[in-house]
Amino acid sequence: MELFLHQLLAGIATGGIYACMALAVVMIYQSIDHFNFAQGEMAMFSTYIAWQLMAWGCPYWIAFILTIVISFIGGVVIERGLFKPIRNAPVLSHIIVFIAMFSILNSVAGFTWEYTIKSFPSPFPSQPLFNNRLIGAHDLGMIAITLILLVLLYVLFRHTRLGLAMRAAAANPDSARLVGIRVGWMVALGWGLAAAIGAVAGMMIAPVVFLEPNMMLGILLYGLAGAVVGGLTSPVGAVLGGFAVGIVENLAGTFVPVVGKELKLTIALVLIVAVLMVKPSGLFGRAAVSRV
Amino acid sequence: MTTREDIADSAVAVPRLGGLTLRTWQRVLTIIVLLIALALPAVLKNFHVFQLTLVMIYAIAILGLNLLTGINGQFSLGHSAFYAIGAYTTAILMDRFGVPYFLTLPVAGIVCLIAGFLFGLPALRLEGLYLALATFALAVATPQLLKLSILEHWTGGVQGIVIIKPDAPFGLPLSQDRWLYYFTLAILIFMFLAAMRLVASRTGRALKAIRDNPLAAKAMGIDTAFYKSMAFGVSALYTGVAGSLGAIVVQFVAPDSFTFFLAVSFLVGLVVGGVGSIPGALIGGLFIMYIPNLAEQVSKGLAWAVYGAILILVIYVMPTGAAGFVRLVTGRLTRLMSSNR
Repeated sequence: MELFLHQLLAGIATGGIYACMALAVVMIYQSIDHFNFAQGEMAMFSTYIAWQLMAWGCPYWIAFILTIVISFIGGVVIERGLFKPIRNAPVLSHIIVFIAMFSILNSVAGFTWEYTIKSFPSPFPSQPLFNNRLIGAHDLGMIAITLILLVLLYVLFRHTRLGLAMRAAAANPDSARLVGIRVGWMVALGWGLAAAIGAVAGMMIAPVVFLEPNMMLGILLYGLAGAVVGGLTSPVGAVLGGFAVGIVENLAGTFVPVVGKELKLTIALVLIVAVLMVKPSGLFGRAAVSRV
Repeated sequence: MTTREDIADSAVAVPRLGGLTLRTWQRVLTIIVLLIALALPAVLKNFHVFQLTLVMIYAIAILGLNLLTGINGQFSLGHSAFYAIGAYTTAILMDRFGVPYFLTLPVAGIVCLIAGFLFGLPALRLEGLYLALATFALAVATPQLLKLSILEHWTGGVQGIVIIKPDAPFGLPLSQDRWLYYFTLAILIFMFLAAMRLVASRTGRALKAIRDNPLAAKAMGIDTAFYKSMAFGVSALYTGVAGSLGAIVVQFVAPDSFTFFLAVSFLVGLVVGGVGSIPGALIGGLFIMYIPNLAEQVSKGLAWAVYGAILILVIYVMPTGAAGFVRLVTGRLTRLMSSNR
């Protein structure tokens, strides 16, 4: 029982990482109706920017905020510069550009900051909170920040005109344009937001997995699994899905014999396929209805 | 009796380029490419012959992906898995059972057909993005599954399997690489012809109908579930045969040769060559074979950044791939010519 509880809490802790990433995934999906395969690399790049700022002597929280701002601008610039010119190209061409971005960001990060593993500071105290022995302060802090992000996004999307305009632009670009929404800029804004959330996720994840150009690859897959399990249309679902993936991964790794350490990524696969089989729109998502 | 050509000649609307119809141009080009392909090994070094063999193998794999994505409209980011299954089937048969290499090809094809069909069944419920995600997960999981300790007896675990390169049969005076080049070329021609027949057939029309409008296709009485899973199966068969050839040519299989990166390469080849175009697969094969090398020559440290930049450039210049680009150019040229007349 002790072991079970330990693994459960460890699962929630790693689940927090996936939840962060899943949230970023769902965000960009909601605002551009595509999935960005370079999302993880964008987050990685932002984390390097934060690291660089701190190496130049910036205090943590100033670097944190600066990185978010830089990432936001970066996201908008990428959309305006790279994706606006090929707006009418087929979806597959977009995916190829995502792949190109992936390799560019990865390669440039490796070239600029080298492939050696760097440690990244955590803003939270290293002593566990309330002297408990089950969950570290950083894990708790990470979960708290994920939840704060979630609330902020909820407020933005449900209770502001801007959020409404962004949702409209994603759901039905033509009609949105007819009622005077600047669809192009809404999409760019969505990119900026997704990049900013990715930056937060990266800075929260880096103290746990350490900073290196390939740090996001496995995490992106788990984040995806979380997003799909929870439903790509629901930010709350994505966060819960992220936690679920973390818990399942840890428990299966401990209690199922052969699966153990060898097949951790495969668990994500099985989870994705299993959920999609039973409920294609995810546990908390809405089924897409289209007019024939 | 009038043949099809007569009718085409008498019709006014047939576009012509330099006095020949586009169809004739196509035939002439095909023959020229074939002749060059036959003559190349005589003038190239063994290593370049080996590279060209890989180009053809990639072309077969891309063609497989094209049948699924271009013709049937289903996405896959997981074709490295089928390539791996084909490669491992051949390697295990040759290494553990001493089966001759050419006999392993059909076996690998059938194994992949079944694997693809089975994966296609759950994929029926998934569309577009969700299917891409599920296949993405498949691609990421494949190397891990191959490394699994309980399968090590068969797969050789992390070390993989080394196989012996076959000699030319009947005492032909060809080096091993040249023989495999011609062997692969023969398979490639067979696979391409088969794909063209398939696309032009009743089945091909059903597949395209499902791509263009699944609901209408269903209403017309097309068994969408069957055709969609079958498209997955046939696509996996093509990619599996490519994987099998790849194992023979490279003489080696190991889990880390079949990562997600390979699946992405196939996808890049597909889009660069032209989605839905059968000859485009060859262009795609050339691209994914030579462009990474070219990028490395430009800059060693930033090779992948250069590759990415080239990729973006290609998409900007030809958003619909090489095939779409050729269509565009020939269209413009014919209009230009006819307006001059």
